Parts: sequence; C-alpha cells; structure tokens
Amino acid sequence: MAKREVTTKGSGTRDNQASELVLSEAPSELLRELVAHLRQNRTQLREEWVGRISEARLLTAMTKEEIFAEATSVYDSYVEALETETYEDLQNYARNLSERIIPRGVETHEVVGIVLLLRDVLARSLFAKYQTDFKKLNRILDAYEPAANRIANTVAVGFVQERERVIRQQQEAIRELSTPVLQVRERLLILPIIGVIDPQRARQLTEQLLRGIRTNRAKVVVIDITGVAAMDVTVANHLVQTVEASRLLGATVIVTGLSPEIAQTLVTIGVDLGKMNTVGDLQGGIEQAERLLGYKVMAVAEPR
Amino acid sequence: MEVPILKQGEVLIATFQAALSDADLESLRRGLLQQVVRFRSRGVIVDVTAMDVMDSFASRTLREIAHMIRLRGAETVIVGIQPEVAFAMVQLGMTLEGVATALDLEEGLAYLMEKFKNID
Amino acid sequence: MSAGEIRVAIHVDQDIVLARQKARVLATELGFSAVDATFVATAVSELARNILAYAGDGEIILRAVQRSIRKGIEVVASDEGPGIPDIRQALRDGFSTSGSLGLGLPGVRRLMDEFEITSQIDQGTKVTVKKWRQ
Repeated sequence: MAKREVTTKGSGTRDNQASELVLSEAPSELLRELVAHLRQNRTQLREEWVGRISEARLLTAMTKEEIFAEATSVYDSYVEALETETYEDLQNYARNLSERIIPRGVETHEVVGIVLLLRDVLARSLFAKYQTDFKKLNRILDAYEPAANRIANTVAVGFVQERERVIRQQQEAIRELSTPVLQVRERLLILPIIGVIDPQRARQLTEQLLRGIRTNRAKVVVIDITGVAAMDVTVANHLVQTVEASRLLGATVIVTGLSPEIAQTLVTIGVDLGKMNTVGDLQGGIEQAERLLGYKVMAVAEPR
Repeated sequence: MEVPILKQGEVLIATFQAALSDADLESLRRGLLQQVVRFRSRGVIVDVTAMDVMDSFASRTLREIAHMIRLRGAETVIVGIQPEVAFAMVQLGMTLEGVATALDLEEGLAYLMEKFKNID
Repeated sequence: MSAGEIRVAIHVDQDIVLARQKARVLATELGFSAVDATFVATAVSELARNILAYAGDGEIILRAVQRSIRKGIEVVASDEGPGIPDIRQALRDGFSTSGSLGLGLPGVRRLMDEFEITSQIDQGTKVTVKKWRQ
C-alpha cells in the first residue's frame, strides 16, 4: 500500500513520515496565535480566573470591584508580556500594583497565588482548544510555558522587592524614632541610647549624631548609654568611632552611664577609652557639658 | 590647581577645593608655610568644606601642615569636615590626632581668638 | 545609567582623584546613601593610592553587581607589582591606627562589606571589595 502524503498542517491524523516534514511554526508565530486566542476569549477567561480567585479565598482584603479592576489590568499585562516577549513593562506594573495593594494588607502568597491561577486558567483553555491536535498543543505549550513561568517570576519578584523596600523604610523610621538626638541647650546635644545596638543601628546613630552636630552647631554632645542592652567590644568600638568623628566636627563628647565595671572590662579587652570623657550619670554629664560651654549654674530664686 | 589663601589680620585662611591631587596638596603645604613666615601669622584655618573625600594622604598632609605651622609658632584649625567624610575618616583610622578641629569658619576663628587671648 | 564596567587606569596621582570621582558617581547612581557613597569613594581612593605607591601602575574596575534582589557595587583594584609578602600582617592593625604606615587595607575592609585579596610575589596584587545597598 502506498503511503499517503500529507501536505496540510493542522488537525487530523497523519502518518509519521509526513508529520516529520512539517516543521514547527516558529515559536513566536505560535505565541501570536496564543495571544490572539487569549484576547478573543478575554472576557470569559478573566471571569473564570476571578471565580477561581474567590474560590481560593485570595485577595480577601479587596472588594469585588477592586479585584475585577486589578484582574483586568493583570490579565492585559500578562497577555502583552506574552506578545512582546519583554518583561520590563510587566515588572513596572508589578511594582506599581504592589505599591497599591501592600498597604491594603495583601500578602505574598496571595499575589503568587493569583498569578499561578491565571497561568492555570489560560493553560486549561489551551488544552480545550487544541485537544484534537496533540502535537500542536505540545508546541503551543512549549512556547507558552517558559513565558508564563517568567511572568509568574517577574510578578512575584516585583512584589517581594516592593515589600522589602517598604519594610526597610519602616525599619529606618523606627530606628530614627528610637534614637532621638535632643537639643536641650544651645550648642549642646544629648543622645540617650536605649536598647540593642546592632552594627546597622550603630551606623545610623553615628550618622544621625554627626548630622545633628552640624545642623545644631553643637559644641558638646552627651551620649548616655545607661540604657544600652549589651555593651561589648563591637559596641564600644562604635562608640569610640563616634567620639572621634564628632571631634572632627569640632564637638566634644561626654559619655555617661558607663559603669566603672564595664569600663574596666573594656579597657582590659583593649578598647581605648582613654580619649573618652566619661561621667557617671546623665545629670552629671549635662552639668559638665554646661561647664564646658561656659554656662554659670545659678540657684533658682524662690517666688515671693 | 590654585588654592586661595586669604589673610585676615593675623590669621590665614586656606580654602581647599574638591579634587585636589597629591601634587596640589604638596604645593599647598609649601605655599602655606611660606605665607605664614611672610606674614608672621599667628593662626591658620584650613577649610575643607568642599572636600568630599579625605583619604589617608589628605589626612597625613593636614597633620604635617599643622605640625610645621606649629614649629613656626602658629596654630592651625581644620574646619568644615563633612559628616560623611568624618565618618569615613574614622573608619580608616584617620583621627587627625593632635590637630585642632572646628565645625566651620566662624567656629574656627572663635577658637583661634580664644587661643590668642590665652597666650597673650 | 552606566552599563557594564568602568575601568580607570592608575598611572599618575590625578588618576586617584578620577577613580574616586567615578566611584562616587556610580554609587550614587545605584542609589547608595551619601554616607555609603563617600565610604566607597574613600575606599577606592585608598586602593588606587596603594597601586601607585607599591606597583607604579595598575587598574581600578568599577561594576554594578546584584545578588538575588540586592544591588551593590564592586571594586577591583589590580596591579602587576611586587606583591605583598605577608598578607596577614597587612590586614592586621589596631582598631584605630594612625595609618601612617602600611597599606590601609584594614581601613578599606571596614569601609566596605566584602573584602578579598590575592597577591603573589613579583606577580601582582588584586583586591576585590563590594558594598551592598541597605
């Protein structure tokens, strides 16, 4: 029996030899076909997706209208990324979206979840469309899957980046609030340090103090470390650095709250406290500062 | 690069620019000393406000300037070290030990006036 | 926005200024704070200075780097000079030293987040440092 020659692409059974002759359409052609399909069926697929989102109880922090609006934007961006095969716009959109929804309390697993759901909804629609042409389905999936995975990745990473940025901002704000540099008199700053000093906080402290010295034109700074949780070599060295840097800005530093025992320990370890002006307590430190600044301490007259 | 040196009474004020090369710093050092001798200045203010980086060479040069000027009987004050620069300097271990420092020109002058009063 | 790497040949002392200026610009472009940009510029100045003082000439390469989602700057200072005979000695010093002798490497290490050095006698030295954005 003669073998049949099949010259047309498309659905229908073929024998092996002929199908080998049919070279794959270029992946971008397939993607175009895919994108057209996604656009044509936009309304239906989007509805299906939104349904799946509420089924999975995601985005509960948002109203139905909001979800619909965002879903539309995400869907369109998704399809556009597939079409253009570029992901920069998508990345920007993802960050934008994140900026909007993070304050609403939307979490990472929700964002990743909805993107994966969209991927699934679209994949299923491809199965449905090409179910009679298994080979074509395979080729379409070959084109679709890497792109879809890249999209999921881009959106997730964009979200996480934005989230981390917000967290860093908040941490910075907390740190600044917890280390106020106080101006109590002209040319005199007080910096009460309370709590744990990790290297990052130590650096931020020094930065804040130095800027404060310049802004307030301080000549004397009293750093009170009574409230420092753990005084060790690292913290002590940061303190020494801060004192040295302050001097370069023309300010004298008085350190208060350093107990004799701790001072002794630090000196034994090899921390050079020699150049540090230390006074027992904050009150004593302030008095010494005032003396340095040339203030006269006068008794307050009783009101008659 | 020319560094302007102003004379204000018994005080010389040298304003460093950013981007001074090693050669510039060297010639500045010589120039300052010459001027101190010439005008019999009692004090020198070196204003480094414009320097956005002070590395080990710059720090060493400032200390040498202060040292040489002291040998001539005059006092040096370094003013205008920026907060970020001060921070970087202490990381490098450059503390300008033994050299007087003040916040800015105004403070520097006040410091010198005070010093002159005490000497007289 | 700079792409790729920035190479600065270090032959004369003006090159030290050039290298640190470019370092500051790149650090600022990458979003580093004023303090961090100054730290990077200062480290580059010291590294360039070492090249000039001990090898006569060499090169500084500045590069933007990324580790997962964190951005950073990398500085590679290389020369084909005499090399450092005792690296451990060069890296050791008291915490606040006057720094009038030696290579200032401990200072560079304090200024940056990561520090790597390879050196071979008569072959040269390569210092690689990185700083990551907060």
